[in-house]
Amino acid sequence: MLNNLKKIGMQKVLAFGALIIIYIFFAIVGRNFTSSSTTLNILAASYFVGFLAIGVTFIIITGGIDLSLGALMMCSALLGGTLYRDQGFPLWAALLVMILFAVFVGLLNGLMVTKLKLPPFIATLGTMMVCLGLGSIITNTSSKYFPTLLESDGWFGRVFFKTTGGFPLGAVYLVAFYILMFVVLNKTKVGRYIFAIGSNEEAVRLSGIKVDLWKTLAYVISGLGVGIGSILYAATYTVVIPNTGNGIELQAIAAVVIGGTSLSGGVGSLTGTMIGVFIMSILKNGLISMSLPAPYQTFFTGLVVIGAVLMDVYRNKKANQLKKI
Amino acid sequence: MENILLEMKDIEKRFPGVYALKKCYFGLREGEIHALVGENGAGKSTLMNILTGCIPFDSGEIMLNGEQKLFTEPKQAQLAGISMVHQELNLMENLTVAQNIFIGRESKGLFLNEDSINKRARELFKRLNFHIDPKEKVERLSVSHQQIVEIAKAISYDAKIIVFDEPSATLTDNEIDQLFKIMKELRETGVSMIYISHRMDEIKRISDRVTVMRDGEYIGTRDSRTVEIDEVIQMMVGRVIYEEHKKISLIDKDTPVVLKAENFTSKDVKNVSFELFKGEILGFAGLIGAGRTELARLIFGADPKESGELYLDGTKVDITSPHKAVENGIGYLSEDRKRYGVVLGMNIANNIVLTKLKNYIKNIFINEKKIMESADEYIKLIDIRTPSAKQLVKSLSGGNQQKVIIAKWLLNNSDILIFDEPTRGIDVGAKSEIYKIMNDLAEQGKSIIMISSELPELIRMSDRVLVMCEGEHTATLMADDINQNTIMKYATKQ
Repeated sequence: MLNNLKKIGMQKVLAFGALIIIYIFFAIVGRNFTSSSTTLNILAASYFVGFLAIGVTFIIITGGIDLSLGALMMCSALLGGTLYRDQGFPLWAALLVMILFAVFVGLLNGLMVTKLKLPPFIATLGTMMVCLGLGSIITNTSSKYFPTLLESDGWFGRVFFKTTGGFPLGAVYLVAFYILMFVVLNKTKVGRYIFAIGSNEEAVRLSGIKVDLWKTLAYVISGLGVGIGSILYAATYTVVIPNTGNGIELQAIAAVVIGGTSLSGGVGSLTGTMIGVFIMSILKNGLISMSLPAPYQTFFTGLVVIGAVLMDVYRNKKANQLKKI
Repeated sequence: MENILLEMKDIEKRFPGVYALKKCYFGLREGEIHALVGENGAGKSTLMNILTGCIPFDSGEIMLNGEQKLFTEPKQAQLAGISMVHQELNLMENLTVAQNIFIGRESKGLFLNEDSINKRARELFKRLNFHIDPKEKVERLSVSHQQIVEIAKAISYDAKIIVFDEPSATLTDNEIDQLFKIMKELRETGVSMIYISHRMDEIKRISDRVTVMRDGEYIGTRDSRTVEIDEVIQMMVGRVIYEEHKKISLIDKDTPVVLKAENFTSKDVKNVSFELFKGEILGFAGLIGAGRTELARLIFGADPKESGELYLDGTKVDITSPHKAVENGIGYLSEDRKRYGVVLGMNIANNIVLTKLKNYIKNIFINEKKIMESADEYIKLIDIRTPSAKQLVKSLSGGNQQKVIIAKWLLNNSDILIFDEPTRGIDVGAKSEIYKIMNDLAEQGKSIIMISSELPELIRMSDRVLVMCEGEHTATLMADDINQNTIMKYATKQ
């Protein structure tokens, strides 16, 4: 039993336990928390952060970080909106450009980290500010509108927003993305090398593996997540406002950390990340069901992050003690 | 046997300001075990890293089977049949043993097959006769088992040439025996091996020929069977080295006791009591895991103790943290210098004054001039070889780093110094200098506890030897009892 727990990862188990406990807590004290509309809201609130969090999990496992996610997502959505509204691009082409743009910026981040040897924190801090500025520049600081369900190109909402029954489609895409990325991280060489690099980069290099390639790929995967996230964001809100979206990356990173991925690299799991995303989403909706305003969500999320990291530190300490024996 | 398999000619490597290698030569015959020796900083590891494509070089040529080769990446050397066991453990701690061994060679396609690599790893360990679970995470292994994983990995490439960079430093005696057995078997199958070591006795035990390097230059190659070890040492140091045998101990009943430990107990130490005299070198002997380091760390307050009373100069003191130990004049020189002993990225001067920084502050500012003066004084006193006190510690050799640590504790006026494996990974020349410094310190009235796994140095240096076995204090040996047989008898409780 204990061995099994070790295999799955103690923190993942704890995070899952926390998820259940928080859910039960709100089910008891919240108003209508278990209703289907709240459940749909929980799903709806999770997916932008989810796409960002899954992508950045890869980067964090290599020992890096990406601060540009939120700004990039908005910049990509603004770019798509501009192309669609002002440049006469067909919607599908604009959406494709959004994904390609995000992947391209991810690639740039990766190249800055691997080839120019910039610390990931600095490189992506720079990209974040560039994206924030770029979003305003290309739109002349005006909001961009994507088609709603009732307009022409209404297929956009039907494919990416919600079903007629009100089920948020973003959650479906998120689960699909999760499954795909789970396979990539755990069953392919890509994932193996990403874990290996986070564990001991020099050792990987000496084993004759192209470290730069695989590390860059982590940033590209993160860019892909951001690209898909930006489409779903546009479909959900239909209005994209320049100079917003800051801070979403921090929520994503918080979800990753709650899920047990170590910021020092080499350890992590996407299942944990998903649990982290849902913990934050349940917190948000649960506090709303208790009629507490948004700042409480930020406040409690902060406490959860600190708690999660404390557990991680404690776990590492235990592991080190075991090693000494 | 006489076929030259590999030749490295006129290899040069410059680091900013210095030559790491000058016109260096190395020749390897087919199917031989070739020892490569030299002091720290002689350039052995650099030369081998160049051979395996880990670092670039400036000029020279590498001939493999008569063909000129240029490896710019480790992968190319691997493909040419050369693999290397690196000196620093180079494992991915969060991955399993099998994942480490077969990294980069998992499978042809994109997808992984865990069962296959676990099976291959199990077969490999069976062939090598080591018992390690392929599915265990490397971070859970002991250091020596990690070293074995590295060795297994290098062997698993089915290389024609394998470089071993000081593998014996972290292995137990049994494991070294097993390694040598494997190396001999590999030699039978025609594999050529290069073996870097600091242990002179290993040259005769394992190698066919030995090449000596000094200061980045090739000094010469000898037949290991016929060469005298003294000659090898002469070639390594280029001078007659300082050899001092322990004179008759001056410690007697009238010598004051400076430290008295009573009933020290913790997880790894069982009820140990001992006394340390003024001006004495007290050796701690025992096998790996006997609890010597753990006992020293208890005295120093680095680990929590379950029980134990400590008296300094007859007064009971309660040392609960290293900070208190330092305040009470105890200094601890860790076995892992780079991790616990020095701040590698700081210069010599700042390392030396680290524990006494408050003495170098004027108003609220640090008095750099005064720091430099003190540093220069100690650099001269114990002969740290450096162009200036501003040199970064990471650019010094192991022996000189050790001297920086000694200077730090001297500046701190520590009267009791605990040396934990003070000569591990240090070359022969620097070793004897460390011995001399220790003897001088003892003569000046400092008391020293010396933990060492190398019995000859323990026997040569110690006034008395405290032997431990499985956490217990099994004997305190004096005078004629300090010899290899007696120590081993108590260390193994036979």
